[in-house]
Amino acid sequence: MKQKTVAAVGAAETTELGKITDMSVIQLHADAALNALADCGLKPSDIDGVATAGLSPTELAYYLGITPTWADGTSVGGCSFMLHVRHAAAAINEGLCKTVLITHGESGRSRVGAGGGFRGGGGGSSLPGQFEAPYGPVGPPSMFTIPVLRYLKTRGYSIEDLANVAVIQREWAAKNPRASMKDPITVDDVMNARMIAYPFTLLMCCLVTDGGGAIILTSAERAKDFPRKPVYVLGTGESVETPMVSQMEDFNSSKAFRVSGKKAFDEAGIRPADVDHLMIYDAFAHLPLYGLEDLGFCKPGEAAGFIRERNTAIGGKLPLNTNGGGLSYMHSGMYGMYAMQESLRQLRGIAPAQVPGAKISVSHGVGGMFGASGTIIWSNEAP
Amino acid sequence: MDRVLPQPTPETQHFWDGCKAGELLLQRCTDCTKSYFPPRPFCPKCGSRKVEVYKAAGTGKLWSYVINHRPRPDIGTEPHSIAVVMLDEGPQMMTNIVDCPQTPEALQLDMPVEVKFQDFGQITLPFFKPAGA
Repeated sequence: MKQKTVAAVGAAETTELGKITDMSVIQLHADAALNALADCGLKPSDIDGVATAGLSPTELAYYLGITPTWADGTSVGGCSFMLHVRHAAAAINEGLCKTVLITHGESGRSRVGAGGGFRGGGGGSSLPGQFEAPYGPVGPPSMFTIPVLRYLKTRGYSIEDLANVAVIQREWAAKNPRASMKDPITVDDVMNARMIAYPFTLLMCCLVTDGGGAIILTSAERAKDFPRKPVYVLGTGESVETPMVSQMEDFNSSKAFRVSGKKAFDEAGIRPADVDHLMIYDAFAHLPLYGLEDLGFCKPGEAAGFIRERNTAIGGKLPLNTNGGGLSYMHSGMYGMYAMQESLRQLRGIAPAQVPGAKISVSHGVGGMFGASGTIIWSNEAP
Repeated sequence: MDRVLPQPTPETQHFWDGCKAGELLLQRCTDCTKSYFPPRPFCPKCGSRKVEVYKAAGTGKLWSYVINHRPRPDIGTEPHSIAVVMLDEGPQMMTNIVDCPQTPEALQLDMPVEVKFQDFGQITLPFFKPAGA
């Protein structure tokens, strides 16, 4: 697929972030969408393709006054927006539409106008309903975490290695005025925080906040005419594995991560060593470890040491989750949009914790509990 | 509060009937011999519809777990394990580890476990306990 012919020309988050009590879910989508439209000098009527998750694309298009010739409602959890970018790139290449708006909005904390939202599982007759729900899981904190003790044992990692992920991401968050949590923390602070689901304490779990984000994509050819420097899509990947974390093929590695990551790197024609900046969706502290290994940045067993040696910290060779991540920046429920927003800020050179000279950024997302994955490789240089 | 219980479907009814009768039933493919779980009337490895139900040994090892410190009202008030066991036949299964302290010290990865059925009226759930406990 000719992914390289597509670029992001507009990108923005909601005006406020964190605790937003005066906007419903649909208005969070719209606020982010209007900010992204203003960012690239477009009006809703200039948009002919829409994609979103959590809300139906019909609701989004109607609310914003858009008449699309292409709509995508793929909803596989927090990485849905990475899949939307991938699908939009294909649609633009195929001529199904010219300018696509992708939105996210979620009142995760304040629950204003919030309906269901994706939490995995399902009713009593679905497979997760029959074969997982009876044993007491209460959403992601007690499900997404289940493979981790096996992973730590296999890799020879410690629980402190999980805590260290949260500590280093908090250092990044301290540089970001919009981050929800900015105060420094230590490994001891993380280890001694309230136990949620052993071995996970509160500070190893993502925040629950309010916000949204939107991205506008068009062909690279048209992208030259927009006010901002385009950020090009170099490569994309996606996959899904299982709705049941208990049935994950290998507790030490996510198949969806591996498949999605390989697709994206192969398509971009680059290797992990070529990457300047990395975002790995961190709903919980173990995800950056899995991501570093499954995307090929570290050999299995080396990710925890790689982080401990500060390679992903400020000044390190592979800056990771530079907005502070889901652990410290924000997490509304479907965080994938914010991972891409930070990749785009870094490549536009406007990030609060800017990585000097970043040219290639990877946004890697997860959906459900290792259920789905999407990977987007971006560059600020035309391919 | 009543425990959240599964609602069997035509494809899974045999499994829950088996639990009610004190038998842990798995399926395997008669073409490629793959054992699998959860139930479905075809092999998830090769797609063959030639599959059979058989009685598993009910033994395995503790593969991974969390200790949930925010228990659901239908489960109770004390922290409890939510575990995955690796059955000797190969499939993984979510369960609770019972008849032992719900602590990291008592819940050692790879320790042998065996099935222990508990009746909840219409449904009997398969729990696991340390082997020989």
